[in-house]
Amino acid sequence: MNKKTISNIASFITLVFFQIFICNQLNFLDNINPFIYVLFIILYPIGFKKSWFIFTAFTLGLIIDLFLDTGGAHAAASVSAAYFRPLFLKFSFGAAYEYQSIKINSSELTQKLAYFSCLVFFHHLLLFTLIFFDAGKLELILYRTLVVGFSSLILALLLNALFNKN
Amino acid sequence: MQRLVNFFLKNRTLILFLVLLSISLSLTVNHNDYHKSKFFNSASYVTGSIHNFSSLIGDYFSLKKENNILLEENNRLKLLELNQTFDTTKSEKYDMYKLKSANVIKNSYSLSQNYLTLNVGKKDSIKEESGVITSNGIVGIIDKASAKYSRVISILNTKIKINAKLKKTNHFGNLQWNGIDPNIVQLLDIQDLVKLNIGDTIVTSGFSSIFPENILVGTIKSFELNETKDLYNINLKLFNDMTNLRHVHVVENRNIKEINKLNQTE
Repeated sequence: MNKKTISNIASFITLVFFQIFICNQLNFLDNINPFIYVLFIILYPIGFKKSWFIFTAFTLGLIIDLFLDTGGAHAAASVSAAYFRPLFLKFSFGAAYEYQSIKINSSELTQKLAYFSCLVFFHHLLLFTLIFFDAGKLELILYRTLVVGFSSLILALLLNALFNKN
Repeated sequence: MQRLVNFFLKNRTLILFLVLLSISLSLTVNHNDYHKSKFFNSASYVTGSIHNFSSLIGDYFSLKKENNILLEENNRLKLLELNQTFDTTKSEKYDMYKLKSANVIKNSYSLSQNYLTLNVGKKDSIKEESGVITSNGIVGIIDKASAKYSRVISILNTKIKINAKLKKTNHFGNLQWNGIDPNIVQLLDIQDLVKLNIGDTIVTSGFSSIFPENILVGTIKSFELNETKDLYNINLKLFNDMTNLRHVHVVENRNIKEINKLNQTE
């Protein structure tokens, strides 16, 4: 196990605890609880094995599901976000990311913002669609996606800036 | 054969993704059917104890408020005791229900299907399908109980339907939630002949074997006729602050087995 793997496991555990003990109890403006655990999927090292990444994302989502009583909605959203992550990477950073010349943390702010928001809103849209599971509630799904997604995005950017080594 | 193996090896991430996605989707679908969500829920041993730990810390922040609530309830009970004349017809009815106090260790109200977790379980002789109330009114119904914890379907859950009635006129309807505001629930199916006023009190009807009669629910905030113009859609403001629950009572109907048996034979 190298240093990168260990720091990855540490961030997994920290984000789960942060989600359960802090974000789930936050209730900002009555009912906004950001889903900060998405940060793990965003920042997962690019060069690592893909199948392993998908499996880890699934486990992460399932753990959150257990604590929030949401069946498998978080797991489904996380595993899809992980699988489609290369698309978002390509969209935000161009094809160069594949050669691992891109480090998410040292890229330009606009690129980073595009990447973060794509992934967060994709994840949240899937999540709330599965949670409400009702085509008649489309308005509510979009509203929750927007509001909660925005709060997750801001928190993710702030945490990322805080723990950025550069 | 070689080709098949090669195909799987080549597309293994896609296959893994599809397998995991279908597992999680089936979990979600099963969860929407509430009798099936047995395996993964917040009343299990591990998640229960973690929620318990987190509420151990959180409890201290609301001690003062909680004391005031208890004091008020004590006051109310004292008043009842002082004013009550002994009534033999009532005493039997009161024995029909058993009350048990419990602490809420996990509460949610920001989703469309909200659940609470309580720190009591089968060990404390908690049974599934018991009602949960506070001194201010109803909270929900227990749907899963493990040895030490139990899970409550909150009234802020779009899956739940509870019978409730107007306190004044005894007209009854179905209590449901539309998933939007955690302070407002909807009472449906009240006939348009009934005269409604804003501020009227709604209580439980006692028709279901889960809740006793006359448990407080809320007051009428606004009402309108539905699309077919024959039934009212009523918005209720809940007496309970569902966003801040600590101490609750679990109500168990001693005769529930007998009542259910009767209903099944029909």
